[in-house]
Amino acid sequence: MPTAAIDFTQYPDEHGHFGPYGGIFAPETLMAPLEELAEAYARVKNDPAFQAELDADLADYVGRPSPLYLAKRLTEELGGAKIYLKREDLNHTGAHKVNNTIGQALLAKRLGKTRIIAETGAGQHGVASATVAARLGLECVVYMGADDVVRQAPNVARMKMLGATVVPVTSGTRTLKDALNEAMRDWVTNVDNTFYIIGTVAGPHPYPMIVRDFQAVIGREARRQCLEKEGRLPDALVACVGGGSNAIGLFYPFLGDESVKLYGGEAGGLGLETGQHAAPVCAGRPGVLHGNRTYLMEDENGQIIGTHSISAGLDYPGVGPEHAWLKDTGRANYVAITDDEALEGFRMLTRSEGIIPALESSHAIAYAMKLAPTMDKDAIIIVNLSGRGDKDMNTIARIEGFEF
Amino acid sequence: MSRIASRFAELRAVNRAALIPYITAGDPHPDQTVGLMHHLVAQGADLLELGVPFSDPMADGPVIQRAIERALAHQVSMHDVLAMVRAFRQTDPTTPVLLMGYLNPIEIFGYEAFAREAAASGVDGVLTVDMPPEETAGYNEALQAAGLDRIFLVSPTTPARRVKVIAQKGSGFVYYVSLKGVTGAKTLDVADVEQHLATLRSQIELPLGVGFGIHDAVSAAQVARIADAVVVGSALVHLIETHMNDPEVMRQALGGLVAEMRAAMNQARRQGG
Repeated sequence: MPTAAIDFTQYPDEHGHFGPYGGIFAPETLMAPLEELAEAYARVKNDPAFQAELDADLADYVGRPSPLYLAKRLTEELGGAKIYLKREDLNHTGAHKVNNTIGQALLAKRLGKTRIIAETGAGQHGVASATVAARLGLECVVYMGADDVVRQAPNVARMKMLGATVVPVTSGTRTLKDALNEAMRDWVTNVDNTFYIIGTVAGPHPYPMIVRDFQAVIGREARRQCLEKEGRLPDALVACVGGGSNAIGLFYPFLGDESVKLYGGEAGGLGLETGQHAAPVCAGRPGVLHGNRTYLMEDENGQIIGTHSISAGLDYPGVGPEHAWLKDTGRANYVAITDDEALEGFRMLTRSEGIIPALESSHAIAYAMKLAPTMDKDAIIIVNLSGRGDKDMNTIARIEGFEF
Repeated sequence: MSRIASRFAELRAVNRAALIPYITAGDPHPDQTVGLMHHLVAQGADLLELGVPFSDPMADGPVIQRAIERALAHQVSMHDVLAMVRAFRQTDPTTPVLLMGYLNPIEIFGYEAFAREAAASGVDGVLTVDMPPEETAGYNEALQAAGLDRIFLVSPTTPARRVKVIAQKGSGFVYYVSLKGVTGAKTLDVADVEQHLATLRSQIELPLGVGFGIHDAVSAAQVARIADAVVVGSALVHLIETHMNDPEVMRQALGGLVAEMRAAMNQARRQGG
């Protein structure tokens, strides 16, 4: 399909569809609240007062704009395209997640909700939700897979200190997808006073659109910063993709710029051929989970299967429906990066630039390491450095064989 | 007329509310499901609701979640569930069977292939929890073409505008979810349900069933006075879980609760209401 024929800014349609993907596959009790959310969002989207409040919070609380940093030594090491890093790791709370929680918390306030719930995998979205809840004086409950509670103990401690209740989820595979199920169950039960802050571009409409719009600040800034520094648009964008919120945030403002190639790095885990991965776009098939139609990791009977990634934040069997659409239309390319490659990326950035990336973001670095040498020296790549690696020190220490 | 519609017509003629027990197919073991289905009918069930196991049952409470996990431990698939219905139909050609579950196992089957095979296996209706009427393009047509009823949920939060759409797209009966919550919640506000049903009656011609929160003979009788059907799930599944290591005790416990509910519902109707 020629992508020039598609105006990507027109998606989703009013029912939340990105081509055949997305939609609202939700239990009946949630249909009215989802509609209420869509209406509330439509009102604030063009409300200057709301946007001003959001912009002020992003500037003074989050610390935006985040820098677009030319990684000189990394560029020299790789000997190809110039690599810029979009420094989302410098945001308050250490990742891009807060761009979205700030926005959704303001929406919750507008809707008069007093209680916030969230799901989390690595804990970054949970921390970002607990943070905004603390700031607005809202009750906050975070659902987290019981296995992830153990893997990501430092973030659990942060959430608790911020006053959130962390509920370990012991059903299913005890990871992110099960936390999402449990958050949905909570929402169905407490829908009158509760706002569900979904952390990625998944879930039923309008969530994929709302989260994308709040994260698109990444791409808008990057586009402007690149034009300022280089006088032209980049040639390629690279981001890691779990649910895909940091990737869509970077990609979205560039979707109409056909010369800009888009690359999403999924979690290849131990390798696609082993089945031990979390790369639904590369190796899955379309299905319906968590309220939307998208690419999924599933068996031949439609049961969702367990995933594996070194990074808890990418350990999810689905992907945002807009990514499924970008894949099918050919507008974006998706590649699988293995655990080992991600670790190489982690070491490379840490040693060459003095920046310790999150293991999620290390997947993007690893793909840039493959891509840059194939491009001219005057070509430009922007890599979304979606988060910092402090939370991963336990995992890294174990792998590298040292103790604190 | 579908088997479900006929059954509701027969019951109306004798002033009875339908009793619809739910069990999860394959719980506690796939070999036991068909026997349990016959047993529920013998003890007074008018229709059967058979849960199709899915790995991510986001609308179910802990009791049914665990039932689904027990079934999935035996890899119970949609094909297996249809085989169970086929086996049930060999000796029971009349009791309507309704499948309840989530969309993805149907999606991967393909709507038309699923509808064809389900109908051929003796299934009468399908309730897909995460399939609202707005997304049913292709799905509803396929089920309709195969002669399967499309059961949709209405909840306390459903606005009148959507009730109209559900009334148009649904068939067989409409399932009113009695509370905001997941399956297995224990609070049932009968007065509130009665008020909602009165409003729904003016908008929906199909029979109205009520589920969620009905857990004993008393609550079943209360709902039987005001609704056309009473759905009971978690209370039965809880008995299965409690007695799963002793199949005979389990059968007695399940049959006992269903028979009690049946008797209390009939009596409630006889006393008028």
